[in-house]
Amino acid sequence: MDRFRMIFQYFQSNSESVMNGICGLLALASVKMYTSFDFSCPCLPQYNMAYGLGIMFVPPIILFLCGLILNRQSLVMLEEWRRPSGRRKKDLAVIRYMCSSIMQRAMVAPVIWIIVTLLDGKCLICAFSGSMDPEKFVGFANVSTVQAQQLLAKVPCKDEELMSNSTSRKAVSRYLRCWSQALGWSILLILIIATFLARWLRPCFNQATLLQARHWSNYIDIEQKIFEEACCEHSRLFAHKCILHFFESMRQEIKLHSFSLPREREWAEGEEDLLRGITDQDQVNKLLKTWYCEKPPLDVS
Amino acid sequence: MDKFRMIFQFFQSNQESFMNGICGIMALASTQMYSAFDFNCPCLPHYNLAYGLGILLVPPFILFLLGFVLNNNISMLAEEWRRPQGQRGKDPAVLRYMFCSMAQRAMIAPAVWVSVTLLDGKCITCAFCTSVPVESLGNASHPRLSQGEIERVLARIPCKDIYNGQQLIANEVAVRYLRCISQALGWCFVLLMTTLAFLVRSLRPCFSQAAFLKSRYWSHYIDIERRLFDETCAEHARSFAKVCIQQFFEGMSTDLVTARCHLPRKAPADAGEAAEKLLGITDQGTMNMALKSWHRCKPPLHLHPPALPTGNGWAGEGQPPTYPSAPRRETAAYYSWV
Repeated sequence: MDRFRMIFQYFQSNSESVMNGICGLLALASVKMYTSFDFSCPCLPQYNMAYGLGIMFVPPIILFLCGLILNRQSLVMLEEWRRPSGRRKKDLAVIRYMCSSIMQRAMVAPVIWIIVTLLDGKCLICAFSGSMDPEKFVGFANVSTVQAQQLLAKVPCKDEELMSNSTSRKAVSRYLRCWSQALGWSILLILIIATFLARWLRPCFNQATLLQARHWSNYIDIEQKIFEEACCEHSRLFAHKCILHFFESMRQEIKLHSFSLPREREWAEGEEDLLRGITDQDQVNKLLKTWYCEKPPLDVS
Repeated sequence: MDKFRMIFQFFQSNQESFMNGICGIMALASTQMYSAFDFNCPCLPHYNLAYGLGILLVPPFILFLLGFVLNNNISMLAEEWRRPQGQRGKDPAVLRYMFCSMAQRAMIAPAVWVSVTLLDGKCITCAFCTSVPVESLGNASHPRLSQGEIERVLARIPCKDIYNGQQLIANEVAVRYLRCISQALGWCFVLLMTTLAFLVRSLRPCFSQAAFLKSRYWSHYIDIERRLFDETCAEHARSFAKVCIQQFFEGMSTDLVTARCHLPRKAPADAGEAAEKLLGITDQGTMNMALKSWHRCKPPLHLHPPALPTGNGWAGEGQPPTYPSAPRRETAAYYSWV
């Protein structure tokens, strides 16, 4: 329990950590989405490439946009970018730093989708089976071009009666899958090397500027959160005062209308405060009606 | 349990987070509902379209309305919209903000349902199986059939076990084609929704940030004010009830003393708190009397100050007191017969 609470608090305490958490969740969601998606190649000459490449590139765009939407810092950055200068100048380095950190985090889930897709191979097999050279494969060499195209388009569909046990189909499938996986691993390797170099070489360039930019971007984020909390606190106090004023003004009004002489009332201390002079069904009804029909002005001076 | 409490507290602390939580739960519920639903295409020419499109469009509408119903703020919005102006002006920007934020949250579960339905493909396959292009996808050598016959055969595509049109068009080919179209539509729909959400979120700081901050503050204020008012009224009701019941028991005690027609015996000086709490009712018969009286003749909603035995009511607005004190005397008289 304690461990869970500590983890929770750790993530909450630092906004960047929250962002990293969301980034990780989106990456997991991306893998889950791919495994639960029922890939179904149309196996028709004109449609294969559109379907295959569509499945490979459209969900990453969606995941990228989701990464931007779910990241609170992107709003903070936009506000900082668009605000009037006023009495505080804008530092473009800070905005650039925030932008690059947001983009980096948003790119993780799309990249993971693309890599998983390539390593699995179904998309590439579907998209490029029709572009294979029929001469290279025994089963497709002796048929007319149009028929070869049709047969090649049916390669991704294992359950086609014509193709289920054909060795040529398996050959095309293996060939494309090999290319797909090679591409997937290469992209992964390049990205990891690039990330490694970027992190390792960064201190060599402009470390001081980087520290400043990071500090001020954290500051802007914290300042905004504290401002929102202060507004909440203020509206709570404002509402409290407003309601007390309202009850007080109802009490005055009742005193004004009452014709009996003011008597010494010996209520208990606590009850006097809580009853606030409203001691009758009609008075309570009047109070509730006035609350609805004539809300008090937003002025507690 | 502690874990739940912490998560619960986190969501409750911020009203918007709470609404986001409900929104996420509804989205999950929507996926769960779809997987639990047993889709059953009728495989008849005119019914397929109605069934397929019905399953695609009716549950999202229900989920949208449910999103509004489950949102506490809907009554707050309605109240703010319909209240008389009084001494406090109404700001349409605040109302618009509240409505937009509620509508955005309510749109998520229906969008999830439509996406899941399209990506799965069964609905579109069922609805549009009669529109499959037989000329391009079908077998070249198929028997000549009338339009009606073709439609009837094609309508059976989703039901593999009764499909009898393999010569016309292979079942797998048709299903794959329709599913491909359905999934393409699904991904396009998701892309469109995500792009819209992105544009709405990112264009706002560029255009109307100050107005947005104002609307957000005042909409939170209205919510907090309503909750504080409810809490204050609850406190008031508690004190009112306490004093009312106390006065009821005191009245009973006074009546008993009057009915017994003897001087009240002074309680011993050291009886203490317990004797005070007994409020003069010290035997079974008296207690039964008090309970019966509480049921038959509840005291008026009018607290008189403790110094005077009975209240005269206040002459506010010229209304006479609605509950005369006569019934109490009747009760005392009845008791004296016993």
